Amino acid sequence: MTALTDLTIAGARDLLAAGDVSAVELARAHLAAMERHRDLNAFITETPERALELADASDRRRRNGDAGRLEGIPVAIKDLFCTKGVPTTAGSRILDGFRPFYESTVTASMLREGAVMLGKTNLDEFAMGSSNLTSWYGPAINPWRAPGDGRVRVPGGSSGGSASAVAARMAMAATGTDTGGSIRQPAAFTGTVGLKPTYGRCSRLGIVAFASSLDQAGPLTRTVRDAAIMLGAMAGHDPLDSTSADEPLDDLEDTLEAGVDGMTIGVPEEYRVEGMLEVIDELWQRGIAWLEDAGATVREVSLPHTRFALPAYYIIAPAEASSNLARYDGVRYGLRCEGDDLVSMYERTRAEGFGAEVKRRILIGTYVLSEGYFDAYYLKAQKVRTRIADDFREAWTSVDALLTPTTPSAAFAADSPPDDPVSMYLNDVFTVPASLAGLPGISVPAGLDGDGLPLGLQVIARPFDEARLLRVARTIEEAAGFDTAPRSQT
Amino acid sequence: MKFDKDTVARVARLARIATDDAERQQLAGELSSIIEWIDTLGEVDTDEVEPMTGVGAMTLKWRPDEVTDGGVADDITANAPASSEGCFVVRKIVE
Repeated sequence: MTALTDLTIAGARDLLAAGDVSAVELARAHLAAMERHRDLNAFITETPERALELADASDRRRRNGDAGRLEGIPVAIKDLFCTKGVPTTAGSRILDGFRPFYESTVTASMLREGAVMLGKTNLDEFAMGSSNLTSWYGPAINPWRAPGDGRVRVPGGSSGGSASAVAARMAMAATGTDTGGSIRQPAAFTGTVGLKPTYGRCSRLGIVAFASSLDQAGPLTRTVRDAAIMLGAMAGHDPLDSTSADEPLDDLEDTLEAGVDGMTIGVPEEYRVEGMLEVIDELWQRGIAWLEDAGATVREVSLPHTRFALPAYYIIAPAEASSNLARYDGVRYGLRCEGDDLVSMYERTRAEGFGAEVKRRILIGTYVLSEGYFDAYYLKAQKVRTRIADDFREAWTSVDALLTPTTPSAAFAADSPPDDPVSMYLNDVFTVPASLAGLPGISVPAGLDGDGLPLGLQVIARPFDEARLLRVARTIEEAAGFDTAPRSQT
Repeated sequence: MKFDKDTVARVARLARIATDDAERQQLAGELSSIIEWIDTLGEVDTDEVEPMTGVGAMTLKWRPDEVTDGGVADDITANAPASSEGCFVVRKIVE
């Protein structure tokens, strides 16, 4: 029999339904894996007692014939989701000691569907980063190593702890959030599936806010089917989030195996960026061939404003962040560093409580919103955002989905990250445009680079067309036959 | 450089983040390179383009104007560094 920690959600669901395994057994197996892999620093807070309580309650519900969509499934929660009574840090010192007295809508929905929470996963501070190196709690680590050098690799970010936990089989699935690529990029780096739904699919209530017009929750899993199951339990309209969409979500598992025969898939020419690594281009060409073999028509499309997406993003996201993070002032929760007067208390608290990357973004955001610069930067970026969204709208008149690489490279070594902020930002070059347009995107593990590290392909679809998105993703998954077990694990 | 030390000091004051001279020096360099990179947006023709202020053409929903929550001052102040009788406590701001 497969080890309990190797089970997919779909596989575990069958065994649980047949009574061959209990939720408590699943929880124990995963809690043991968490202990074994503490070196990966994937969790900020482990909640083993709560996990066993939830698992026991789940087994009792099942005996009473009452099973939700995630009944008994052990999951990890990114530490950006407020969880009632459980510390919620956002990876930042400034939320030191904070215990929410309410539950985020997404995690509440998952718990209602029977999910068993194992703990809260590590992330870049306030979800700002592509490496997990900016967490106050130290970096999470990728379970994958290159066989040649054995150097520690980053899991990507910001949902790096979630990605690491799923890849290393500490959790069957995990929640992430994606503002400019924070689900898809770590999924690509860790050989997992990462789904960013359409903006508005999942409620943002109770998720620590970074950039409100971009933030969206989604799952990290080891299969596309599991992503469909997770999204079904996470999504839904929430009257308490005014940007939450009241759009029906059909059962995505029903159409998952429908294939791509007759679909038209676009390949955006502007994504063939200067200096693209050969291994990335080869993977992309293989992806195109897989979809053609499965009956899709593949054609080039143009998204002319692609190269302006990142600079626009680095105005809009920091602007929204500078406003959202104004609430951390040492008065209502978290850290307080006393000063001579109220303003110096604010200034000292924020100087001590925020890390370097968060400060950089707050300062950029404050600058572009300040008097005299607002029109030149913020308004300009919002107009460029319209152009980028228009590019996609034009593409949808001729194609059903887009295929691109997820990242420009595989996971980089933790001891030699890109050495300046702008180079680090370029990690999200392929994921940011869809974020600005609010479109659903998914990264599917599709191959290995020359060092033996995982690479992902990204599919992008029309708003609220997660059904087609997952059909394309499932076709790639099947053709790639990727083995998600991390190699060269130490 | 777009961002000199004085600009950093002004913006950091607006953002309520204390900085020392060494930090301001380093931030001036980092923020300048970010802003120079961002300036490439000037190449995009945005005449007669409406700014995108949100995703999707969402119409905000109406709901009855009713009290649905409240009376939880103790819960709200439970996380405060200093609180007293359901209020947050800060230093005196009016002499």
